[in-house]
Amino acid sequence: MNSREDILGRVRAALGRDAVNTVAVRQDIDAVLAARVQGPRPAMPTDLAALTARFAEKSAVQSSTIDRVANLADAPAAVARYLKGLDLSLAAVIWPSLAALDWRAAGLAVEARGAVDSDMVGITGCFCAIAETGTLMACSAPDHPATVSLLPETHIALVPMSRIVPGMEDAWALARAELGSLPRAVNFISGPSRTGDIEQTIVLGAHGPYRVHLVIIEGE
Amino acid sequence: MESRSRHFKANAAASLANPVLQANLKTAKGKFVDKRAISIKEIDDFEGSREAAKNIRNRVLENLDLWLEKFEENATARGATVLWAKDGEEICRHVAEIGLRHGVKKAAKSKSMLSEEAGLNLALTAAGIRPIETDLGEYILQINDNEPPSHIIAPVVHKSLDEIADLFHQVHKTPRKTEIPALTREAREVLREHFLTADMGISGGNFLVAETGSVALVTNEGNGRMVTTLPHVHVVITGIEKVVPTLEDLSLLMRLLPRSATGQSISNYVSVLTGVKTPAELDGPEHLYFILVDNGRADVVGSEFQDMLRCIRCGACMNHCPVYQTIGGHAYGWVYPGPMGSVLTPLYTGLENAIDLPQAATLCNQCGVVCPVMIPLPELLRKLREKQVEKHLRPWFERIALKTWAWVAGNPPLYALGSWLGVRYLKWLAGGRDRIPVLGVAPGWTLGRDFPAPEGKTFRELYAKKKGR
Ligand code: SF4
Repeated sequence: MNSREDILGRVRAALGRDAVNTVAVRQDIDAVLAARVQGPRPAMPTDLAALTARFAEKSAVQSSTIDRVANLADAPAAVARYLKGLDLSLAAVIWPSLAALDWRAAGLAVEARGAVDSDMVGITGCFCAIAETGTLMACSAPDHPATVSLLPETHIALVPMSRIVPGMEDAWALARAELGSLPRAVNFISGPSRTGDIEQTIVLGAHGPYRVHLVIIEGE
Repeated sequence: MESRSRHFKANAAASLANPVLQANLKTAKGKFVDKRAISIKEIDDFEGSREAAKNIRNRVLENLDLWLEKFEENATARGATVLWAKDGEEICRHVAEIGLRHGVKKAAKSKSMLSEEAGLNLALTAAGIRPIETDLGEYILQINDNEPPSHIIAPVVHKSLDEIADLFHQVHKTPRKTEIPALTREAREVLREHFLTADMGISGGNFLVAETGSVALVTNEGNGRMVTTLPHVHVVITGIEKVVPTLEDLSLLMRLLPRSATGQSISNYVSVLTGVKTPAELDGPEHLYFILVDNGRADVVGSEFQDMLRCIRCGACMNHCPVYQTIGGHAYGWVYPGPMGSVLTPLYTGLENAIDLPQAATLCNQCGVVCPVMIPLPELLRKLREKQVEKHLRPWFERIALKTWAWVAGNPPLYALGSWLGVRYLKWLAGGRDRIPVLGVAPGWTLGRDFPAPEGKTFRELYAKKKGR
């Protein structure tokens, strides 16, 4: 007997599985999957301005830094300002989906591709952002490579205000509505990588970025 | 991993006598507890959330076979291969075979307790695959001659900064560093190289989502993302009990897991991974395997211990346990320490191999109160004690003592005589003081504390006197 049958066989026997209840339980399972019942959720603001404020506040708790610009076209200048302020590299790897912005005018040398070890700065967008915890949701795709938010020491993300949702449940609803099925990797990112393994003392910059900077885009 | 739980008493005594360990346990004590207490206040309805989490986990366990089939169907539809393993040996065999099939030389591992259960690293090495632990804590243990972890969330909680500084200096042959950020950077640089060159990533799984056939991975360091993004093969090793129905259920559990574990509102990285990369994608594994593991779990389904399978491995029960705080994790002798380990170890490795673990608790119920999925840990420990007695696994003197006690207690005149003698003996021992520093018949009892002296009369005598008045 193979292990699958052995394991499932013992579970079936323990649970008293038979042909009749198999049909009924399968229907129950489909009903549970269709109903998508939500558990209790913390109260969240309903208007976008307050939701954005909450997102910014919680992002700061997660050790991200935050900037706001009026329009997407203003983002490259804001990114350049941030990098110069910290004396960081002005060369960056970006998501191919952001290649149309005028990075060069802001003094940045960007390459649209997946990240490699030597990239010091990675610039991404996000699928949406979660106000409850100050979290970015990034969905992998050919023009959204997952490495850009992971390998470089500095991660900068552009966050359209219109994409800020209250909680993780809302993020899933948006993904189902817009993407249909889940992409290979959904990464929820809440600030720079960290570890507390040595004496439970939190240190930023474990294996991923040392710093995460969010540029909130208020308009189009 | 071979169980040393049989030697709990000796292990615990050694831990108590180790001054370095005692100092390190003191440093760690309370940090997670305080942070958790603050972070759960952010949830408006924490108790309601625990209740909901318990129901989610129960829903799956009550029909685990069909939920597993649902998960398998959806994972397979997205290009993953689902394998099953009865025990640790079969886990090792599967991983070695996968390695051989894809020409793997090096495997980068994110933390997986199942891999500890299986002793996977030894098996990989034997199969010609070099395993690299990439969680900072697990890495420290690996370079310290494969020392076992002492906590499921903070594997090196028993080690001091000084000890780690020495270890890095010796193993990396670099100048000795004493700052935690500098040590962390040193490990980052060593491990980055491994991430980039590994051909296989091995991870555990915090949850399996039946709706989508996905695995959810929770990390702070980002190593979970690395091992599931860079190598071309990803192997997920996880217990059969880890299934949750929907992404909504995952969302609720993610409010509880990080808060209960480290007191964070959310862990830095939560990755929900589904299937293999598409041809146009620039990163991600081309091959994804799930190894769904029994190793004792299937026999707990439907038993009086089924509640234990709800466990989401947050570690809150051990962080709050007075016994764990005093002896640390190694004394428990297997993969899982603390109250959850005292239940899981006898269930998974055999009651007779962990004879003292169900006793390693004061039944104070701190663990039961903090458990995010409401597992009645003290009740389960009590049931295990009952089982030990039923199976005649307790030592002969304990059995005889209990039999004698039962006989005396079932015989009122004898009981009255016994207690009459007992209180007078104790009063005599106290010699006028209100406490007894050395208990004559059982000196072990007063090694670290005094015994309060009785007044000299039994309850029955006092009661009779009062009634007569
Ligand atoms: S038993 Fe409960 S508290 Fe302990 S690790 Fe499991 S889920 Fe957490």
